[in-house]
Amino acid sequence: MLTIATGNKAVADAVKDAVPAVVAAYPITPQTEIVEQIANYVASGQLASKYIPVESEHSAMAACIGASATGVRAFTATSSHGLVYMCEMLHWAVGARLPIVMANANRALGPGWNIWAEHTDSLSMRDTGWLQVYVGSVQEAYDATLMAFRIAEHADVLLPVMVNLDGFALTHITQSLETVDPGDFIPPMKLPHAIDTGRPAGYGTLTAPGDYYRFRWDIERSMRNAASVIEATQDEFGKRFGRTYGMTEEYRCADAEVVVVAMGTLGKEVEIAVDILRGQGVKAGSMRLRWFRPFPDLDLAGKEVVVIDRDYSFGFGGIVAHAIASKYDVPIFSVIAGLGGQEVTYDDIAGFVRDRRPGDEYWFGVDA
Amino acid sequence: MANIPKEEYIFKTTSACAGCSSSLCLRHILKAAGPDSVLVVPACCTSVIQGIYPNTAFNIPVYNVAFAAAAAVASGMSTALRAAGRKTNVICYAGDGGTVDIGIQALSGAFERGTDFLYICYDNEAYSNTGMQRSGGTPLGAATTTTPGGKTEGKKDLDLIVEAHDPPYMATACSAYPLDLYKKVQKALSIEGPKFIHILAPCPPGWRYPADKTVEMGKLAVRTGMWILYEREHGQLTISGPSKNAMRKPLPIEEYIGKQGRFKNIDPRSIAILRQQVEHHMARIAREAEGIC
Ligand SMILES: Cc1ncc(C[n+]2csc(CCOP(=O)(O)OP(=O)(O)O)c2C)c(N)n1
Ligand code: SF4
Ligand SMILES: [Mg+2]
Repeated sequence: MLTIATGNKAVADAVKDAVPAVVAAYPITPQTEIVEQIANYVASGQLASKYIPVESEHSAMAACIGASATGVRAFTATSSHGLVYMCEMLHWAVGARLPIVMANANRALGPGWNIWAEHTDSLSMRDTGWLQVYVGSVQEAYDATLMAFRIAEHADVLLPVMVNLDGFALTHITQSLETVDPGDFIPPMKLPHAIDTGRPAGYGTLTAPGDYYRFRWDIERSMRNAASVIEATQDEFGKRFGRTYGMTEEYRCADAEVVVVAMGTLGKEVEIAVDILRGQGVKAGSMRLRWFRPFPDLDLAGKEVVVIDRDYSFGFGGIVAHAIASKYDVPIFSVIAGLGGQEVTYDDIAGFVRDRRPGDEYWFGVDA
Repeated sequence: MANIPKEEYIFKTTSACAGCSSSLCLRHILKAAGPDSVLVVPACCTSVIQGIYPNTAFNIPVYNVAFAAAAAVASGMSTALRAAGRKTNVICYAGDGGTVDIGIQALSGAFERGTDFLYICYDNEAYSNTGMQRSGGTPLGAATTTTPGGKTEGKKDLDLIVEAHDPPYMATACSAYPLDLYKKVQKALSIEGPKFIHILAPCPPGWRYPADKTVEMGKLAVRTGMWILYEREHGQLTISGPSKNAMRKPLPIEEYIGKQGRFKNIDPRSIAILRQQVEHHMARIAREAEGIC
């Protein structure tokens, strides 16, 4: 069905179409519309989920964990302070191997209070073992959320998935949205270790280093499996519904001499900047990172790279830039831009590329 | 105790200390609950005494969760089970720290939402798991590893906090009266909605008394009125048998605190305050039981 919707509404609609048994959530700007919309769908009988209006984000994730442990689909949504407040339970969901799906409206962290887009919230959770995808459009928010359930619940994965969408820049903008009838695209959830009173077992008991080590390796093995499950799921989605996605979204990269890497809505702006640059004779391309965990293989050989980080790891650098630097021996110009919702236009981005200084870090709006 | 089932859900292989009363309580709780039950356990002694993976001394599904999260995990679990038409008992078994301190928010939320579950706090009046630090449940004057000179503040009144949520069933219990506990668990589980049982659970290493005095310590708590056994069903309070007797002629509280090393250095003023609090508490409970509150 073709409609127009905000990014938040798109996520809520995908949840409606995936029909989790339990949704437990706590409101926070700019995610609120997701929980309100879902609560409405439940109240009006359009969605047969149980909605648990928990008293905090720590409890939101805890309740999802409790529900998921019984073998049913669970969903939550949060943002920024809510995400970092549930940090402990993010780790728990991974260790307990529960395929929970969560939408995170990327937002800056206080102080000062700031409700606008930034990726430091979710990127600071990158080592929890959650799969992370960053979307760039309303349609993609819907599609990625729907696919997240199938990927998380796949027998070779059984890890939670976080769908990240930029606060306001995507949660609150309106674009066209085509929803689908998922049919059997998302098979019924099967959790091999679901609680069963007929087969009593201890979950999460004290575990000595040897076994703990094996469990950690098992998480990593599943994370490695996840890459092919993601690709297969995205291919199947393309076949069924006509929209194809990769681990990254590349634009005019094949013959590019300089490639701009970014995530989320800024990654979409880059495509316009690339057209401008091409018109000016600069052989530029755009590589929008969609998946950050598992981290994709990037074809950057022989290219100069400009990375735009809407995040920062203090005392270290841009998180995406450093992820790339640690894996690829390419000249990188690291741009820090868009923090706390700072406006970054495609003309600004074209400027970053034209004035690039490989090996340097540049804080847009601060540095000369 | 003829009618208590013979089935054991906790084996003797637990790593609990000698004289541990909270694990004894759990044994009776699980007998009362039966096999169609899931135990949700936050960080506490109970998460340790199960043993080390791949072994477990518990023959019931035990979901171990983060310290602050028990009631919230139980919320999600109960909601999912009920939605699937399953009647499985969801029982939190949490220490005083995991209840009155770090877990109070999740507890309050789950009760306010009317979650269908039973929350049991076993109160050994300290953080035992981490080596007997003070908790909000530690009484005035008790020495812990973080209050070496004795706690200068009183015990947080958990029952008043829970009562404020108006649950359909709440009760107190004590490890020295297992049949009373057993019956309260059975009654709690027969009622829909959020139920609460608060057990005083003496802990020999924490309270510093010999391991073979655990039952005596529990009985003294009740006989001195330091702990009152009652249940409140849909707002109607009934004082339980052992406390009914004790409250007619309570023993001096010195009989109780004098036998525990943690109160060794308590000053007379603190004893006087404790005595006054006990008198107030008994009077309040008695008034409520008579319906004149
Ligand atoms: C977030 C967090 N903080 C601290 C701890 C460490 N910790 C584990 S158990 C515990 C004390 C538990 O006390 P209580 O709830 O009274 O149970 P008991 O050990 O007495 O049985 C503490 C402080 C933890 N596991 N998680
Ligand atoms: S420290 Fe206390 S509560 Fe913990 S196992 Fe030992 S006796 Fe039981
Ligand atoms: Mg304790």
